[in-house]
Amino acid sequence: MSSDSGRGAVAVPFPKAAHVALENEQLRTNIRGATSSIRARRAEVVGEVPDWQELRHAGRALKDAALHDLDGVLLWLEASVTRAGGVVHWARDGAEANAIVVELVQAAGASEVVKVKSLATDEIDLNAALEGAGIAAIETDLAELICQLAGERPSHLLVPSVHKNRTEIRDLFRASFGQPHLCDDPFELAEAARLHLRAAFLRARVAISGANFAVAETGTICVVESEGNGRMCTTLPETLITVMGIEKAIREWRDLEVFLQLLPRSATGERMNPYTSLWTGVTPGDGPSTFHLVLLDNGRSRVLADEKGRPALRCIRCSACLNICPVYRQTGGHAYHTVYAGPIGAILQPQLSGEAGQPGSLPFASSLCGACYEVCPVEIDIPSILVHERANAVAAERQGLEGVLLRRLGRLFLDRERYERAQRLGRALQRPAVRDGRLRWFVGPLKGWGQSRTLPALPEQTFREWWETRDRGA
Amino acid sequence: MVDRVALFVTCLGDTLFPQVGQATVAVLERLGVTVDFPRDQTCCGQMHVNAGYAAEGLALARRFVEVFDGWDTIVTPSGSCAAHVRTHYPEFLGEDACGVPERVVELSELLAREGAEVGASWPGRVAYHPTCHSLRLLGVGDGPTRLLRSVDGLELVDLPDADVCCGFGGTFAVKNADVSSAMLADKIAAIEASGADSVCACDSSCLMHIGGGLEKRGSRVRAVHLAEILARVE
Repeated sequence: MSSDSGRGAVAVPFPKAAHVALENEQLRTNIRGATSSIRARRAEVVGEVPDWQELRHAGRALKDAALHDLDGVLLWLEASVTRAGGVVHWARDGAEANAIVVELVQAAGASEVVKVKSLATDEIDLNAALEGAGIAAIETDLAELICQLAGERPSHLLVPSVHKNRTEIRDLFRASFGQPHLCDDPFELAEAARLHLRAAFLRARVAISGANFAVAETGTICVVESEGNGRMCTTLPETLITVMGIEKAIREWRDLEVFLQLLPRSATGERMNPYTSLWTGVTPGDGPSTFHLVLLDNGRSRVLADEKGRPALRCIRCSACLNICPVYRQTGGHAYHTVYAGPIGAILQPQLSGEAGQPGSLPFASSLCGACYEVCPVEIDIPSILVHERANAVAAERQGLEGVLLRRLGRLFLDRERYERAQRLGRALQRPAVRDGRLRWFVGPLKGWGQSRTLPALPEQTFREWWETRDRGA
Repeated sequence: MVDRVALFVTCLGDTLFPQVGQATVAVLERLGVTVDFPRDQTCCGQMHVNAGYAAEGLALARRFVEVFDGWDTIVTPSGSCAAHVRTHYPEFLGEDACGVPERVVELSELLAREGAEVGASWPGRVAYHPTCHSLRLLGVGDGPTRLLRSVDGLELVDLPDADVCCGFGGTFAVKNADVSSAMLADKIAAIEASGADSVCACDSSCLMHIGGGLEKRGSRVRAVHLAEILARVE
């Protein structure tokens, strides 16, 4: 385990964290291999849907419809869940949500909970809050369990342990499960985890889940997964507690038709995911006898109020933007130092809570290539929101030398004569630094350029000077 | 073919890569187009907007509209500058954009739209890198590769993972220099694997980054702008 990837680690600015990640060849190989294979699978199964673009429009429109009337939709959801025998709790922030969950677990008399993989509970660091109250939380999603055993933060929304390869996982399981002879055969590794988890499922009296969707019309919660471990959690224990961000609410049952097509194809590159669990309140004699739904705001109302940043709340956490992102593919998720990594994390995290550590580095962790927007199943224009967040970051804090230079350049470009004078001045000033038509030294903001690139010197004649000599000659 | 165009050469093209503007003029004039160069032009403001300096970007956008308002067609040898003006100006200028953004075209778009027979000649194996903004914001499609295929003596070779960003990204190249360099290393590996002796694109900025990387590594592959290839005749 590396110190920068541990839970609760002090956040460092993205360029610094990325520098560390880039030196980890094993990590880069693992990330590259995993994202390439998911990307190829996604491209294949998306390509076979003739009306994919229409599906994207529909997904966007359905999410927007719910978000535009979110207060009404949430009250509708509360009424439906209550009618079906569930109890709804409202949490302004992570601390409130954690306190509610801890109290519910204690009321159920449990000292251990099993968990379905949930980003919302990662976001509020629920496991730490439970631990603080003497309650052990066991992650049951295989990849999330791997991170938990390793004491690391997830590095991918969907495959939290995507940064680890089989050998690393084998070593972890050998140490964690006391099985020194475990080999790195996937079947044997899965079997070891299965044995570990089965005991926990049978013991558990309380389970905690997140939600992919919550249908206001019926009060139905939907969790989508691949392993069936989530379903063990949502059916075996007596008490089920679901923590969901308020943006997960959708209006009607039929809306699921669109999202259950968009999500698996975008996420794992599957036509349909192996397990889709849907439950509505409680059913006597079938599954948990007590159901609690914790609605988590934690900054979402603030995002909703920002017209330009709001589309980020459409996100259905498919990870297609991570897998396609050329930046994420170089660095992996830990460099982002957030629960939500990759392009969506770079717009969501600063909006939700402000980055821990140095504010403002995540919106700049992108070349604005636009590949994320192209694959997003709910058409979030991530590059535009990145630019919007950059403007917020620039307005909020001093940008040092960069700010001075760019503002001065901006003024220069407003005045043609000053611009032309600056071109001539640049040519005169660069002389000592030029050799063979190339700059020899890189100073200030240009230092980073020189590490991998040469830069041509300013030529003897600008285009406009050439144009004028040509005009005179004509 | 249109009779008359204004050339927006871009601040980078004007200051650092005059040969690209010259090549653009040569191609257009060979096709019988009268090229004007409005001298008051400077910069479209893309870098400022993308770096988070919205006020500076807005002032430059207003200035661009004033300078170019008199022309029906404004051509530029830059996919990303054309994309900035065409896709972003209407958002932040509204009616003040005066219809200017939709009159801006990138060079390959204009030539493809007009079905121009460029009649160029370029001996060698060329890989085409579709720059992100020309591909995803402008949607130039296969226009540039169709133009390249029509060039005498030119062999267009496949570039693996062509549509993956080269890692330039404006200020990203220096603010996140390590990641930018790692992305560039992948792009260069793909270019060298393609067997090309030149890599071609529709943006001098991306080519400055790719070409600078090739040179730094001592590669024999050259970075050339599409206009430079199209300008060359026997």
